[in-house]
Amino acid sequence: MEFANLLPVIAFYLFAGSACFCALMVVIARNPVRSVLFLVATFFSVAALFVMLGAEFLAMLLVVVYVGAVAVLFLFVVMMLDVDFVELKQGFAEYLPLGGLLAFVLTVELIVLGATFRLPENVVAQVPIDPGVSNLEAFGLVLYTEYAFFFEAAGLILLVAMIGAILLTLTDKKGVKRQSVSAQVARTPKDGLKLVDVKPGEGII
Amino acid sequence: MEIGLAHYLAVGAILFTIGIFGIFVNRKNVIIILMSVELILLSVNVNFVAFSAHLNDLAGQVFALFVLTVAAAEAAVGLAILVVYFRNRGDISVDHINLMKG
Repeated sequence: MEFANLLPVIAFYLFAGSACFCALMVVIARNPVRSVLFLVATFFSVAALFVMLGAEFLAMLLVVVYVGAVAVLFLFVVMMLDVDFVELKQGFAEYLPLGGLLAFVLTVELIVLGATFRLPENVVAQVPIDPGVSNLEAFGLVLYTEYAFFFEAAGLILLVAMIGAILLTLTDKKGVKRQSVSAQVARTPKDGLKLVDVKPGEGII
Repeated sequence: MEIGLAHYLAVGAILFTIGIFGIFVNRKNVIIILMSVELILLSVNVNFVAFSAHLNDLAGQVFALFVLTVAAAEAAVGLAILVVYFRNRGDISVDHINLMKG
């Protein structure tokens, strides 16, 4: 076999192996900071697989959104919480045999299913991929037209999530002096000025 | 030898089961459980994109985009709940979360 034909195969096994190894390290690492870093590596490997499949925009999104935002958020929370992580690891060995068996059986089943699964012949593509149009352009052509409502719903989900996260973590601190704009605007010279008749020789205490 | 749909489905299956395994063995650590959920959603995306490439249909990639959105929102809300829970209890062990029921 020629090397040029072999190259995509090597690349696939490299990225797939790296994705699976890093994913496994996410769940078995002792230190949660390492877990997050392995999660980043997993996302990178899967992004490479997406590029191999021709989904460049999703690969880019995976790197920007997941690695840039979600993984950093995880890292931030892991470092912010002062938790004894060794204690949280207890029970790991207890659940390992059953969990490992379950995972093994499920993996074998799913792989056999994926290998034997045959799609019906008469599948019609909803949005056929045009080879002359770039992936990003093709996305733009359908995302704001055919999927506009779904796009807005996704935006609404993000808005609700943002409000929820802010509302959950917002705390009212006591003793903090805040600006009250309405009180400032409603203030008149009559309220702010007080005339006192001072008798000669006396103070105004 | 050619890399086809079945190979990508196998990667998705392995990532999915690693996510299930992670939820199973890390019964106490909510952060790892949230990361496992992210892995499961990632495996779903791998399947969507693999089928999209196989069927030459962009709809699968568009759906993967929405899955990505929901996963990001879920991570944000989940971590916010985690921070509030830690503030109230001083630890993040899942064993005590049932105290929240009335």
